[in-house]
Amino acid sequence: MMQWETVIGLEVHVQLATRSKIFSGASTAFGAEPNTQACAVDLGLPGVLPVLNEAAVSMAVQFGLAVHAQIPEVSVFDRKNYFYPDLPKGYQTSQMYHPIVGPGEVEVSLEDGSTKSIRIHHAHLEEDAGKSLHEDFHGMTGIDLNRAGTPLLEIVSEPDMRNAKEAAAFLKAIYSIVTYLGISDGNMAEGSMRCDVNVSVRPQGQASLGTRAEVKNVNSFRFVERAIAFEVERQIELIEDGGRVVQETRLYDPERDETRSMRTKEEANDYRYFPCPDLLPVVLDQAYVEHLRGQLPELPADKRARFERELGLSAYDAGVLSASRDMAEYFEEVKNECGDAKQAANWVQGELSGALNRENLLITQSPVSARQLGQLVGRVMDDTISGKAAKQVFQALWNGQGNSADDVIEAQGLKQVTDSGAIEAMIDQVIADSPAQVAQYCDAEPEKRGKMIGYFVGQVMKASRGTANPQQVNGLLKEKLDALL
Amino acid sequence: MALEDSHVRRAAHLARLGVSDDQARGFVDDLNRILEMVDQLQSLDTEGVAPLAHPLDATQRLRADEVTESSQRDTFQHSAPAVENGLYLVPRVVE
Amino acid sequence: MHDKTVTQLAAALADGELTSRELTSHYLQRIERLDSKLNSFITVTADQALKAADAADQARAKGNAGLLTGIPLALKDIFCTKGVKTSCGSKMLDTFIAPYNATVVEKLNAAGTVSLGKTNMDEFAMGSSNESSFYGPVKNPWDLSAVPGGSSGGSAAAVAAGLVPAAMGTDTGGSIRQPAAFCGITGLKPTYGRVSRYGIIAYASSLDQAGPMARTAEDCAHLLNHIAGHDLRDSTSLARGVPDYLDTLDAPLSGLKIGLPKEYFGDGLDPEVAAAVREAVRVYESLGATVREVSLPHTHYAIPAYYVIAPAEASSNLSRYDGVRFGHRCENPLDLTDLYKRSREEGFGDEVKRRILIGTHTLSEGFFDAYYKKAQQVRRLIRQDFLDAFEDVDVLMGPASPSPAFDLGAKKDPVSMYLQDIYTISVNLAGIPGISVPAGFVGNRPVGLQILGTHFAEAQLLNVAHKFQQATDWHRQRPAFAKENA
Repeated sequence: MMQWETVIGLEVHVQLATRSKIFSGASTAFGAEPNTQACAVDLGLPGVLPVLNEAAVSMAVQFGLAVHAQIPEVSVFDRKNYFYPDLPKGYQTSQMYHPIVGPGEVEVSLEDGSTKSIRIHHAHLEEDAGKSLHEDFHGMTGIDLNRAGTPLLEIVSEPDMRNAKEAAAFLKAIYSIVTYLGISDGNMAEGSMRCDVNVSVRPQGQASLGTRAEVKNVNSFRFVERAIAFEVERQIELIEDGGRVVQETRLYDPERDETRSMRTKEEANDYRYFPCPDLLPVVLDQAYVEHLRGQLPELPADKRARFERELGLSAYDAGVLSASRDMAEYFEEVKNECGDAKQAANWVQGELSGALNRENLLITQSPVSARQLGQLVGRVMDDTISGKAAKQVFQALWNGQGNSADDVIEAQGLKQVTDSGAIEAMIDQVIADSPAQVAQYCDAEPEKRGKMIGYFVGQVMKASRGTANPQQVNGLLKEKLDALL
Repeated sequence: MALEDSHVRRAAHLARLGVSDDQARGFVDDLNRILEMVDQLQSLDTEGVAPLAHPLDATQRLRADEVTESSQRDTFQHSAPAVENGLYLVPRVVE
Repeated sequence: MHDKTVTQLAAALADGELTSRELTSHYLQRIERLDSKLNSFITVTADQALKAADAADQARAKGNAGLLTGIPLALKDIFCTKGVKTSCGSKMLDTFIAPYNATVVEKLNAAGTVSLGKTNMDEFAMGSSNESSFYGPVKNPWDLSAVPGGSSGGSAAAVAAGLVPAAMGTDTGGSIRQPAAFCGITGLKPTYGRVSRYGIIAYASSLDQAGPMARTAEDCAHLLNHIAGHDLRDSTSLARGVPDYLDTLDAPLSGLKIGLPKEYFGDGLDPEVAAAVREAVRVYESLGATVREVSLPHTHYAIPAYYVIAPAEASSNLSRYDGVRFGHRCENPLDLTDLYKRSREEGFGDEVKRRILIGTHTLSEGFFDAYYKKAQQVRRLIRQDFLDAFEDVDVLMGPASPSPAFDLGAKKDPVSMYLQDIYTISVNLAGIPGISVPAGFVGNRPVGLQILGTHFAEAQLLNVAHKFQQATDWHRQRPAFAKENA
């Protein structure tokens, strides 16, 4: 049985979070009425000219710096010529020969806690196309050019990934970096981040690469894994059956969970790249690049390492909590508020993430703020409330019943009773009310008594409506029952 | 570098330009005469000469990231050949 | 009235001798009476012009008039004019009403000038005779059997015939200077980047430049004062101060160093044109200039390099005419490819198709290096020729065209047409400014003297041209056509 090795490279298109388009002053806001955000430049009206958006440049450079890439002094825009209805000018302004970001690398964390370095071939700026709407206009297709001209950073990896999990991890790492930098919302569902996957297989040990297929339209982390799994299986089967993989573009269909060839009657393309004569070379001086470097935030890999090293979190927890900037910032605020990283990590990944997932919310949309959660965790840690009561408080905060954990504790009377006089009174009452159980306790073998004490604890807790401190109840009960022996 | 009918047809297809058979013959002749003239370039030694894309050695100016345009859809679509519900219509695109 | 220059008309308006409405009406009447013989206008905007004239007169009455307030002008139909058909001489844009103004148009409006309409031109500015226009050829007012030159032939003919005192043109390979020469007027192509290209329908973006066409260099200076300057909407326009071009018009020429490129006086030059140019150079010597021969060794590679670079850029620039958002769309397209192919086949004329095909071919895989890259390397050598020459001399002089205007229909072969631009085309490749001034006649057809300067030397070119016009009266000659119909 032949052993196969999979080789994967990714091209990730990231929409940059600029206010206006890459070459025009039209808005990039999502969801406007068709063609209301397509200005004369975006429509390619006769006579219009492009002017480059500074924010698109600085965002691209920030990405480059975050992946330790070379930032060439000069980059050049080229025209990629082809006809398509969502491409108004008949060419896409892109960067073919002199991209704005040179070779770099990204460290990705894998599920087993290990890390792997994936090389970036380059990243270049280009303009997005419009959208074709296929619902029925008497057998016609409608074209909306609102998206045309939105800045894209296309990030091209080297073929350094060897399985679907690594590819997904790479995509997550890119997501983390762009969201940390605040240069994109990374929202794959809205198309702010899109991914094409190049997949090939080769016999284990072979040095040269197999023929690759490019799979387009892979637009979620999950689909990346599934599309690769399907494609790898297809290619191996094809070869083992005596066939050959042809270099082609394939489309991933999430509904059928398969890839299929896009080569209808499409002839080989010839994009006739040449330097765009309407744009001049972009020259970035060292001072500009250094200024941007100085403003970089702590990046995910550094944050993950710090969470492990300084906060003592496990590799897994550190990875999850540093995956997005929003998550990391939330976690750090909870931690700062309560003063304990592990407790904070447990609450953010447990109760909070569970609730967010149930209601399909982003962490930025959480009804419970990090400060509120931090205070709540603090109240557990200082024994003000029990763990059980804490869940009740969390739910109340989630439902908007109260501004702070303390408000809810106060309003619902959830404060733990730690006054031993009050607890002793409750214990005495329970003992007096349970003569049969007391007799059983006294007759039992000493080693079984530990288990039997649970009944009395439960009764006391019930009597206190959960506010008595369980450890304290346990200790005092044992003392009092043992005195009856 | 003589040009053949197939070159003209390929260029016409890439440029999405309909060309009749008759016209194609005429274009092969015209384009060959033009390329013959252009081929004088090949006699010049340009080893080591950097290509010049713009006549002035200027660099790209950057625009501040500000929204300066508002919708002019009706004006822009006034002389559009086919629009409906604000969309430009084309024959169905098969994906 | 229509024999006067912009400068004279501006003075008459300022002195209250006439109103803009009178002036505008007069020219509109001339256009209506005479242009059927010339075909120099595609669109005449009489109503808007009279309104603008009234507004100019009112501004003047309120004391808000500038030097050019109320002066009638015409615009080559390549400048986008809001609410007015902007065809670029093509069936493709026969129905296109531009929804915005070119920067040049905005600036001229701000100066208070009055546009009479849009002038005829070679389709998409591709041509040297104005015969490729969808709207039919323009006739040369000096000889109705001759071409006016191109591509700004409508602008040149209209000014020469006294249908308008000045007009705007564009020049990608000689399209201002050659028609100016053929029609006996003055035409300036500024340095690439001096005037905004925003709103000028692109032919070849790294070569296109707009400029004034008028009777005199002084008139050109007036107009350039208003249209030159940096435009935030054009990345290739230069952020560089604009001098007042009128200030230096009269500077003496003593000590001026003139270079005569020997390549501009070789085979193919009409001997009578050569004689007229040499006579003009003698006038300069009498004004104190010194003359020497210089060499621009790569001159003969300019046309080959141009016919790679310009069609390549054009093939891409003209891809936007696809029948989807504006422009011609074929009837009942079968599918998307049919929509593209038929709309473009029907909308473009033969010369445009030739250039799209050449440009597409030379950019395509396997040919790019041999053609496009090579041509760009040669472009650098051509520019260097000029920069070297301007180390030794202040200006270069030579003919604007190897012959005077040729007969309509005389140049059937595209290559023989292209060779007409031998003296003008390298100037666009180098990006330097050039001006053509009337310098004599061959029979009844005018000869143009071309004067070239280094980058941003417009003030010097206008000065050198103006002093010549102070010493000669070639620019005051009027075609019989204009006189007979006066």
